Amino acid sequence: MRWFNHAIIEKNLILMGVLTLITVSIGGLAQIVPLFTVESTIERVQGIRPYTPLELMGRNIYVREGCYTCHSQMVRPFRDELERYGHYSLAAESMYDHPFQWGSKRTGPDLARVGGRYSDDWHAAHLRSPRAVVPESIMPPYAFLDRPLAYGDIADHLRAQRSVGVPYTDEMIANARADLETQARPDRDAAGFGTRYARARQGVFDGNAGVVTEMDALVAYLQMLGTLVRFSDVTPDQLRQQ
Amino acid sequence: MPTKIEKDSLTGTDTTGHEWDGLKELNTPLPKWWLYVMYATIAFAAVWVVLYPAFPFQGATGVTGWIAREAVVGDVRAAQSRMEPMLARIRASDPKTIAADPELRAFAVAGGRTAFANNCAGCHGAGGQGAQGGFPSLADDDWIWGGTHDAIRHTIANGVRAGESDEERTSQMPRFLADGVLTLPQVNDTAEYVLSLSRRSTDAAAAGRGEALYAENCAACHGERGEGNRDVGAPRLSDQIWLYGGDKASIARSIAYARAGVMPAWGQRLDPAIVNMLAVYVHALGGGEN
Repeated sequence: MRWFNHAIIEKNLILMGVLTLITVSIGGLAQIVPLFTVESTIERVQGIRPYTPLELMGRNIYVREGCYTCHSQMVRPFRDELERYGHYSLAAESMYDHPFQWGSKRTGPDLARVGGRYSDDWHAAHLRSPRAVVPESIMPPYAFLDRPLAYGDIADHLRAQRSVGVPYTDEMIANARADLETQARPDRDAAGFGTRYARARQGVFDGNAGVVTEMDALVAYLQMLGTLVRFSDVTPDQLRQQ
Repeated sequence: MPTKIEKDSLTGTDTTGHEWDGLKELNTPLPKWWLYVMYATIAFAAVWVVLYPAFPFQGATGVTGWIAREAVVGDVRAAQSRMEPMLARIRASDPKTIAADPELRAFAVAGGRTAFANNCAGCHGAGGQGAQGGFPSLADDDWIWGGTHDAIRHTIANGVRAGESDEERTSQMPRFLADGVLTLPQVNDTAEYVLSLSRRSTDAAAAGRGEALYAENCAACHGERGEGNRDVGAPRLSDQIWLYGGDKASIARSIAYARAGVMPAWGQRLDPAIVNMLAVYVHALGGGEN
């Protein structure tokens, strides 16, 4: 079988360079070209907004603690998943995630639609001691999240998100610190906060109104997951990729 | 560069032709089975690209026209149409009637068990046993908002203090210490009296002082003798069942800072038929009332 001989390539540096470039380009194109079509292939849905400052800090804790190693955030389009978790995830629902938290393994359940399924008290109790409320759980306890949240640099977090494309306005960044505290303290006036972040819920997420803790942030984040799109207003036809 | 390809006498395989200080290297070919499997996967990929959506462009669906989203819609519709005859009857009925009809009851308990495991077990436990910290047991006959079929259905559908339904179960216990209604010693005395309601008081003097405080502040909701009041979701205080702990410190904390359980309004998340099935299932866990 001498119709193809490595020796020809191996002896010709330029030919080898060109063929290497072509081979690597194919792999690169397969990854890069889809990104050019994102604008037309991600469906537009109503209700998606950037994370509130408190939710964003909660999301940072979610990433820091590696929650994604055991929990996915991706309801796949299979009937059993729809029956268990709700409507399948839309690309638009993670359009402001940098990076996305889809995950690839479910030691615990999917969390893409966990928001509102349980009470704040349950989340706090469950994070502090999972087996206190779910005896068969194998999740580790996160009681240390009851420490104060460090949010002095919250405006920078929003700026960082804006630099990668999340549409935080100057007003949102200017009010980041106040908005974060407002969400964790229901006694504060939420007029401006409510207009900046539609359908964001105020609450004493960890059961302790005195201080904004990491628990507040994480529970606020968990409680909004999957709640932004009202699927009663969306028909499958509207979600068709076209 | 290959200079002298020879056949190795021991294996019958060609050498690569390279030679380093007298060492030669065999050019052993890939196993045939491995090579053919690899060719098969390449062919499989080529067929796949033609049949299924493989390119991120508009309208690039593959010749079968298969789309995951439409496939799942078809699956869901098929399953729904199988169950719909029963679900329609359950939807149109009410939990008490369903429980009285053996056929509907069997369907509802089976479906309710699945829905319970998925939606309710996180807080109320896999067997409805509940958990400390405000997650009531559903397997006993101690009900906060009522244990009849209709009461259970109403609680499931409208939730508790979640702000999701106009007909939700709601009430607000005052924060007696935090809001300055009682002083710390008065909280202590009241807690001691609450203990005496279940005959566990160890300080008769304090309990005696707490009796009047209880009558003034607590009895309106929890009853003169701690029997509770389901209209306002005030739990019975004269039994051994405690949502937030029955020791004195826990009771004092409940008095001082108040407690308020929250449950989502499942009527807005689940099919009315599922809500009915859940009510039948929960009622059948052991403590259902008629």
